[in-house]
Amino acid sequence: MAGWTRHTGEVALLAQDNLDTDQLLPARFMSTPRSEGYGDRLLYDVRRDESGALLPGFPLNRQPNASILVAGRNFGSGSSREAAVYALVDSGIRVVIAASFGDIFAANAVNNGLLPATVAEGLAPLGAAGSLTVDLQTCEISAGALRVRFTLDEGQRTKLINGWDDIDLTQHHQDEITAFRTARRQSAPWAWPAAG
Amino acid sequence: MPVPLALPSAEEEGRQPMHERSRAGAGRVTGPRTLLDKLWSAHEILRSPDGASLLWVDRHFVHEGSHHAFAKLAARAARVAEPDLTFGVVDHYAPTRPGLVRPEITRMIETLRSNAAAHGLRLFDLTAPDQGIVHVIGPEQGLTLPGLLVMCGDSHTSTHGAFGALAFGIGATEVAHVLATQTIWQRRPAAMRLTVEGTLGPGVTAKDLALAWISRLGAGAARGHAIEYAGSAVRGLSMEGRMTLCNLSIEGGARFGMVAPDETTFAFLDGRASAPRGADWHRAVDAWSSLRTDAGARFEREVSLDAAEIAPTVTWGTSPEQAVPVDALVPDPAVLGPEKADAAAGALAYMGLSAGRPIAGTPVDQVFIGSCTNGRIEDLRAAASVLAGRRARVPGLVSPGSMQVKRQAEEEGLARIFTEAGLDWAGSGCSMCVGMNGDLVAPGQRCASSTNRNFRGRQGPGARTHLMSPAMVAAAAVAGEITDVRPLLARDRGAL
Ligand code: SF4
Repeated sequence: MAGWTRHTGEVALLAQDNLDTDQLLPARFMSTPRSEGYGDRLLYDVRRDESGALLPGFPLNRQPNASILVAGRNFGSGSSREAAVYALVDSGIRVVIAASFGDIFAANAVNNGLLPATVAEGLAPLGAAGSLTVDLQTCEISAGALRVRFTLDEGQRTKLINGWDDIDLTQHHQDEITAFRTARRQSAPWAWPAAG
Repeated sequence: MPVPLALPSAEEEGRQPMHERSRAGAGRVTGPRTLLDKLWSAHEILRSPDGASLLWVDRHFVHEGSHHAFAKLAARAARVAEPDLTFGVVDHYAPTRPGLVRPEITRMIETLRSNAAAHGLRLFDLTAPDQGIVHVIGPEQGLTLPGLLVMCGDSHTSTHGAFGALAFGIGATEVAHVLATQTIWQRRPAAMRLTVEGTLGPGVTAKDLALAWISRLGAGAARGHAIEYAGSAVRGLSMEGRMTLCNLSIEGGARFGMVAPDETTFAFLDGRASAPRGADWHRAVDAWSSLRTDAGARFEREVSLDAAEIAPTVTWGTSPEQAVPVDALVPDPAVLGPEKADAAAGALAYMGLSAGRPIAGTPVDQVFIGSCTNGRIEDLRAAASVLAGRRARVPGLVSPGSMQVKRQAEEEGLARIFTEAGLDWAGSGCSMCVGMNGDLVAPGQRCASSTNRNFRGRQGPGARTHLMSPAMVAAAAVAGEITDVRPLLARDRGAL
């Protein structure tokens, strides 16, 4: 995953609360291998009619090139499915700005280079801005004279900027992990399952 | 004790007040400690400068949906670090009824089989006698124990917290990380205590308790928090009830839910297949007995509820927070306040309901009893006690949470009660909770369901889900509409 610090792109407004991961990516698409791409499946049942045709009025259908989404509170609540993030990323979305995020979604997003930017109040002008610039160094979203700060966990911010791979990082601590394991086997032998 | 503070919106809606207190920056590890503090420090290998902890993982469950994580592992030619602490479970795609299985389902199960075999993992396979839903079989097998850190790529992993374990759901990248390192990076959540004193009334269950607090506080209310459930009403719950309560933590936004272990916990675990035995068991129980919040420990947030005020509760909308007592009216979006009005209006349109009408009396097309929330033996007993000697007016599916629950229900005669009432008695799996195996609710159909999510399309595109307890689902089956289960129970008692 590549790190990034600044992104400018077109904005689409999804003025809804509780856009849960079942809506972002319906369960029936979860068996798809990632290599096939998840972009077409994003919000599948929300942006299409029963025949599968795109609803012309739906914001993302009107703005297929949007890379920044503005939404309401509790975005990405529900299931831990990372495929909801794949659907956003594969559709070209880099930033979601919302009043709040599901905890698991936010972690999944950062693990895929997608910024979950929390803006508690004043979302409406951002949604109407057309195009926005998002800066990870300053935690600022701007469009012309409009400037709004967003919040993000400090560890998540560092990870997005650096594009680090956690497994590589953790493996630097292998000695500490091994020592911890040895001590735990001593102090809590029952933490290893009895041969059933 | 929590300072009483009535939530104005709850008052306006004519509901019972809830008491709440918050405090920023409450005490951490010095002085009296919370259960969360104890579990956290027991697993913390190190802490990074930005405050994230590297935690040791004692149990890791993977399922068919973990294919992305195994693919990530393969891409870096990595091995599973601790195969003895990693378990595979076939549940999300498990077919529950005989018949043709779609090739895509077979492929998902085969992929898990080959990953489990390649890494030497124990697999609870489709045809195994101990197969079931991951959050049912972990405890059932004694793999879930107090004081352990339990992980699964599934948001309802909080279920295992009912045993006083630290348990939370993660996404595929994190699953790959746990597979490769047996550790997880995580920032310590804020501690929240939800205290429920008193006794739940007849026909009122842990499910109602959960829906009640989520409806009063909101679906995102506990974001960033680990909830410890406490109080006499929680102590009075069976392990099944505690699992239901912890399971639903995520529907209120909390990744973690937990109950301090006690005699009820130990009695449930004693003798389970993978639980410690002999001297190890006694040593373990001694250690587990200290896993409780010390007197005077401070929580960042405290909420209290009176058990006696909770009624059987039913969702009317498309978020678990959109729930009311069964004797209440479907709320008018206008009175919910500007923040929630649009969502409520949209939910009512999707659900095909009118504001201001009683939720009771809403006709249902079908029912479902099962899932990791309410597919355990106690749940099936509660549903069967309502259905005994009665006929269901609508079709329905009963999918036990595990094959062990299935056998037990058959031995106890519960399965016969379900089939004689006209419901389908199926195999075990996630089934109609999420519909991945093809057990779907058709578009526009209304289902009374013992599951955990009433999201749009959760049980199938266009499906209308009403969440409620298993006994309430059984009552809906008998009446053909949403109805209060309590009069049915009273009539049974009168007949005795
Ligand atoms: S029963 Fe439903 S909620 Fe539970 S693990 Fe399966 S799909 Fe998830």
